Amino acid sequence: MGNINRRTIVIALIFISIGISFVIKLFILQVYDPSYKFSAESNTRREIINYPARGLVYDRNGKLIVSNQADYDLMVIPRELKTMDSITFCNALEITMPELRSLFSDMKNKLRRRKISAIKPSIFYKQLSAKQYGYLQEKLYKFDGFFVQRRTLRKYEYPHAAHILGYVGEVGTQDIKRDDYYITGDYHGINGIESTYEKFLRGEKGYKYVLVDVHGREKGAFQDGKFDIPAIAGKDITLTIDIDLQKYGEQLMGNKIGAIVAIEPSSGEILTMVSSPNYNPSLLVGKKRAGNFSTLSTDSLKPLFNRPIMAWYPPGSTFKPLNGLIGLQENIIKPHSKVECHMGYTVGRFHQGCHYHYSPLDLRRSIANSCNAYYSHTFRGIIDNRKYGSVQEGFEVWKNYLVNFGFGYKLGVDFANENRGFVPNAKYYDKYYKKSWSSLTVVSLAIGQGELLTTPLQMANMTAAIGNNGFFYTPHIIRGIENDTIPSNFTTIHKTGIDEQHFAPIKDGMEMAVWSDEGTAAIARIPDLNISGKTGTAENPHGEDHSVFIAFAPKENPKIAISVYVENGGFGSRWAAPIASLMVEKYLNKDIHPTRKWTEKRMLEGDLIHGKE
Amino acid sequence: MAKNSLIKSIDWITVATYLILVIFGWFNIYAANYNPENPVFFDTSKEYSKQLIWIGLSIVIIWVIFMTDSKFYVTFSYFLYGLSVFLLFTVIFIGKEINGAKSWFEIGPVRFQPVELAKVATALTLARLMSRYGFTFNKRKNLLTIMVVWLTPVLCILLQNDTGSALVFFILILPFYREGLSGKILVFGLIAALVSVLTLIYPNAIILALIITGTFIFLAFNVNLKIIGTGITAGALGFALSLAVFYILGKEFRWDIFTITGAIFLTTHLAIKGFSKRLKVILPAMIFMWGAFSFTISSDYFVEKVLSDYQRNRVNVLLGFKDDPLGAGYNVNQSKIAIGSGGLTGKGYLQGTQTKFNFVPEQSTDFIFCTVGEEWGYFGTFGVVVLFVFLMIRIILLAEKQHSVFSRIYGYCVASIFFFHFTINIGMTIGLAPVIGIPLPFFSYGGSSLWGFTTLLFIFLKLDTNRSELIR
Ligand SMILES: [Zn+2]
Repeated sequence: MGNINRRTIVIALIFISIGISFVIKLFILQVYDPSYKFSAESNTRREIINYPARGLVYDRNGKLIVSNQADYDLMVIPRELKTMDSITFCNALEITMPELRSLFSDMKNKLRRRKISAIKPSIFYKQLSAKQYGYLQEKLYKFDGFFVQRRTLRKYEYPHAAHILGYVGEVGTQDIKRDDYYITGDYHGINGIESTYEKFLRGEKGYKYVLVDVHGREKGAFQDGKFDIPAIAGKDITLTIDIDLQKYGEQLMGNKIGAIVAIEPSSGEILTMVSSPNYNPSLLVGKKRAGNFSTLSTDSLKPLFNRPIMAWYPPGSTFKPLNGLIGLQENIIKPHSKVECHMGYTVGRFHQGCHYHYSPLDLRRSIANSCNAYYSHTFRGIIDNRKYGSVQEGFEVWKNYLVNFGFGYKLGVDFANENRGFVPNAKYYDKYYKKSWSSLTVVSLAIGQGELLTTPLQMANMTAAIGNNGFFYTPHIIRGIENDTIPSNFTTIHKTGIDEQHFAPIKDGMEMAVWSDEGTAAIARIPDLNISGKTGTAENPHGEDHSVFIAFAPKENPKIAISVYVENGGFGSRWAAPIASLMVEKYLNKDIHPTRKWTEKRMLEGDLIHGKE
Repeated sequence: MAKNSLIKSIDWITVATYLILVIFGWFNIYAANYNPENPVFFDTSKEYSKQLIWIGLSIVIIWVIFMTDSKFYVTFSYFLYGLSVFLLFTVIFIGKEINGAKSWFEIGPVRFQPVELAKVATALTLARLMSRYGFTFNKRKNLLTIMVVWLTPVLCILLQNDTGSALVFFILILPFYREGLSGKILVFGLIAALVSVLTLIYPNAIILALIITGTFIFLAFNVNLKIIGTGITAGALGFALSLAVFYILGKEFRWDIFTITGAIFLTTHLAIKGFSKRLKVILPAMIFMWGAFSFTISSDYFVEKVLSDYQRNRVNVLLGFKDDPLGAGYNVNQSKIAIGSGGLTGKGYLQGTQTKFNFVPEQSTDFIFCTVGEEWGYFGTFGVVVLFVFLMIRIILLAEKQHSVFSRIYGYCVASIFFFHFTINIGMTIGLAPVIGIPLPFFSYGGSSLWGFTTLLFIFLKLDTNRSELIR
């Protein structure tokens, strides 16, 4: 072959150079670079996830509310399954043969729909009992492809505060897409503080790598645990609620529909947030969660509905103090301004009714007596103020005060799905009345009726702002996070735009509502405790009106501001006022005065759901 | 011819190489199908059993090929070509769609891919056309005939949506080169393929290429064309060398560095020529080119940053890197993991874990090389690469010994087709080539491809038995 064509050599060189490139690349892949070997071992080593304990939850006094309990899931790696003694398996799990068959067909379905992986562990049977776990642990070596994964479930120390705490459940496909920390089968907080503070509570998952042989059996730590990552426990959090007060509030609201929100005015901390009817948070733990959840969600009384932040109610007469404050700030009335009222407010053919009381009344007594005419007069004065040029402009001024008090928008409390309520603006009426409307058209807003809708939380917040003489902190449920600070928006002061001096007469009026002979809320009197409040009756087109009461105590530097709604409870003084006063008394005095025991008993036993009082 | 002399004249070394590859391939298909959790020794429903039947039938095919007179392949080449084009065309309409390509005939239990016949027939036909007396690429008519014969099957196969198989035909540029096609066209062909990929990836490369082209047009009017020709070759060499270095080391591609390297080679070459031949025009041309380079690279950095993601994405889709449901590069990554896990000596026969349970896709067809890598280690993969390179070079050296030009050209076609499959298939499993699903000759599971490659090779070996004769 001495005389080889030059072109043959070129072609041979092309063949050889590709061969050499392959040989070099293969050397790098197979001999030089160990990283591919490690990746391959990930297919033959098993990753065991160490689930950290979720952070504990304490109340404001350091009482443990939520803790954890150990729990064991039976995991399966479908690829590693072998034929097995299914009778022993059934006995270990205390299930029947058909049940086992359906578990397997479930697994196959999920495999087919690519919901689970054939080579990675997924849950086969959730939450083994201690007995099942003990029995299975001994026999597990017989069942290739199965192993037990330890994790924790929530344990609730009190059967209360379910709406605040929320619950923990398995992540869904969307959650996994949103946050790649999660994989199928992980738990996360779904509602309440479990959801809001998930990032702190969940901790960090740990990973342990063990070698498995061809039969899927563990053969000890992978590379002496060099790649193991320890789990980091979740951070403990402290809530602002007083669990004893919460419990008392839930008892008082027993067999009633409604809400209680109590706030510490000086800090915005939510002391209690009762939604009634409620449920035991333990119902939504572990395996029984799905069943209980569907029972709760189909209940006609909507126990899952978090009324304090989600329910809209008209504020009723409890809104009068705010209208009084706006009137003072806008210089429409003075504390001594008197308005005539003869069973109502009459302009031409228009008449807004009022109950019988002494006339004329000044500002203080108008609150104590809850006079409709006084506030209709004041409200129209604000809207029709000539300096604003038009009813629209005047209305916007009034509306802006409401917004400053936290109405019409979400307050930004640390719960998802807070409702913003509804405060109409001038445009809304322009559209509704085709631009022809006046202060008289919307005068029902003066007494907290009409289109206005507020949440119990917003009302409690307004009460706190009144107690504070004009400012508030965003209401919140978080008091402390282990080694961390609470979000800064909860420590930022919000001004209402009402000058401090205007609050004294309004507070006097609210004091008189409770303490003067003509007041509407004498039932709320607590011996030796200066409580001020205001009754309200929220119109309900679907049935009996709602009973409403707002209050704060003591009058100077109040420690608690509260709003109470009792649906279909009638007048504010009937249910809401006594319940609110009992809450205040319990919080500030720890005990209920003997003279009020009968009120307490009546409230605890009152049943507005099953048709008896 | 007496039977005894036929046996004597067969190139047994090639036959032995073929047998080693086929048998080793079968053992790997067995391993890829072996389930360590259910170790059945022999299961007639498994792929390895069927492959055994295909291998048996291959021996029948080989026997038939050897029994047929060599002249038959010349005489019937046009007929076979016509038949295969007809089949390639009809399969578009009545074929069965498998993996998105409509390239299979299905008659009862038998499946057949006409592209395998087309490879053989096209190789024979091209060999016959080019071996005619007085054939030269310089005649426009010859060139046109070759192009038509060459590209008709490509077009049909593209219409079947079987891009991988269509690409195989382009490698026939190697026999063309051997038979006198200008080396520049070979280089240009390779550069054209490279540049079309480049322009999709990297806009700066287009601009740099335009500057070089402009410089050349300028030079073309002023200096002799031969210097330009060698200059281009030098530049292409620099470009290719730097690219190869990056590629093999697995570094991220820097097209600008490659182009600049090419330009440095080019400048050096022209400078030497310019100096020795006293060509004054080269200096200003080079100054212009380098000035334009620095301007482009400094000012277009921003454009490159903005465009690169999108462009890269496009080329990935084009080249099939994204053609898998589990995300870009999943297949290649799994394949690299499997091969890498084999280490130097491999895990041992049937001891692989990655090439079982479908960690690796298509593990007995397109990705069969992974099983070799995992169970036989670097020794195994090195051996297979060496065997293939040996086989291909053996074929072209045998081809050179042919008295008949027809046999020689056909031999080059066979070696080139093996070369293309070898390059793309192994390149794909180790991440050096785009994922184009074409089989590894003799290794991959499947009757159609095994028979195709066997026929290709043994027709050549049959022709080789008559190497001293002139086959017309
Ligand atoms: Zn009145």
